[in-house]
Amino acid sequence: MSGGDIAAILGGAVVTVTLSLIGILIGLPIGLGFALLRWANAPIAAPTVTVYVSILRATPLVTLLLLLFFALPNIGVPINPISAAIIALVMNTSAFNCEVWRAALMSFPKDQYEAAQSVGMGASLRFRRIVLPQIVRVSLPGLVNEMSLLIKVTPVLAVVGVVDITRAAVRIGAETYEPLPPFLVAVSIYAPIVFALVSLQRWIERRQVAAEAAA
Amino acid sequence: MIRDFGIVWTERGLLLNGLANTAILSLVSVVGALLLGFVLTPALMSKKPAVSRAARAFVDGMRCIPFLLFAYIVYYGFPSIGINLDNWGAGLLALTIYNAAYMAEILRGAWAALPRDEIEAGVAFGFSELRLFRRIILPPLVLSAGPVIGNQLIQIIKDSAFLTIIALPELTHAASSIQSRYYVPFAAFITAVALYWGLCLIVEAGVNVLRQLADARR
Repeated sequence: MSGGDIAAILGGAVVTVTLSLIGILIGLPIGLGFALLRWANAPIAAPTVTVYVSILRATPLVTLLLLLFFALPNIGVPINPISAAIIALVMNTSAFNCEVWRAALMSFPKDQYEAAQSVGMGASLRFRRIVLPQIVRVSLPGLVNEMSLLIKVTPVLAVVGVVDITRAAVRIGAETYEPLPPFLVAVSIYAPIVFALVSLQRWIERRQVAAEAAA
Repeated sequence: MIRDFGIVWTERGLLLNGLANTAILSLVSVVGALLLGFVLTPALMSKKPAVSRAARAFVDGMRCIPFLLFAYIVYYGFPSIGINLDNWGAGLLALTIYNAAYMAEILRGAWAALPRDEIEAGVAFGFSELRLFRRIILPPLVLSAGPVIGNQLIQIIKDSAFLTIIALPELTHAASSIQSRYYVPFAAFITAVALYWGLCLIVEAGVNVLRQLADARR
């Protein structure tokens, strides 16, 4: 394994991290939107979201990715590996984020909402000033946990030809006939990223427990 | 489109075979992972720092590695250190070891949350370690950890789909081969998604039964 090989895996790391970030940034608000639709019991939309979340939570990312990558061109929508990867990640993570947001919304104290209503706040102001800041705090550990899960499923994107960490490592292993060293380099990139997210989650949880104890 | 589903229907044997393989893989691994988890959990909670640190390093390490990469390491990497496995052996081993780490953490959490007084009463009555575990600790542990173990089983079912990359003939692999033979991607993969959904709904129903049992005991 040469220095160029390690550079290739690092290049894959840039792809992995970029795609994960895009997936997270798009998936977060969509998940919140879905959760709000269910919370508000919107007709037609709420049951649709319920079924969507149930199916997406049961679908392996590989299967979803292959479905998008092969079926969309079949019905006349051309798609490249990168966009298929982003759509699959967003669909996957938005379903899980929806559950996290919804749990926070369900536990949101109703009296605060009614108090805001009684001082004459409009629906959007009520949501922005009263509901959102509090559910963000409650959801944060769950959302960070979901981010670490998202990073751990990204190697699947290699299946449709996205050159991420895993695909770069597999290719170097096949070229050098020594698969173990590039895999270990790949592990040494994934592990710190996931570990940082897991530590962040624990740190947030600890801080919140401490803040509650102080209050 | 109807014609495409007709093709999938004529190949239903292949898909059902894949579904059966996915179910077998998941069930064998969840049992194996639970058994390994039951060995790892006491190690995690051990008072000997060497034991608990080693167990903690294994559990945290596994939880930081993507499953797909771990499966690649077991299948392609292990032969370099003299362990040769076929795709079934590698798939089962990877699923079991990987999820054992998650199971150990789940069981540890549930164990730590068990009420202490029953266990102390058991000790006071002179139960041996094994009987204490079997009679006093295990039943409430299974009931309280049941729902989370069910979630993990769903995770295992989804992880097993990754094994399509080492050519293990599970559900996604079956759908892939139907799609590549007849070029019916939508019908093939949507059917696979529906079958995965069905599997997970069955697991969720099982978890609900367990939850009701636990509530009835309370």
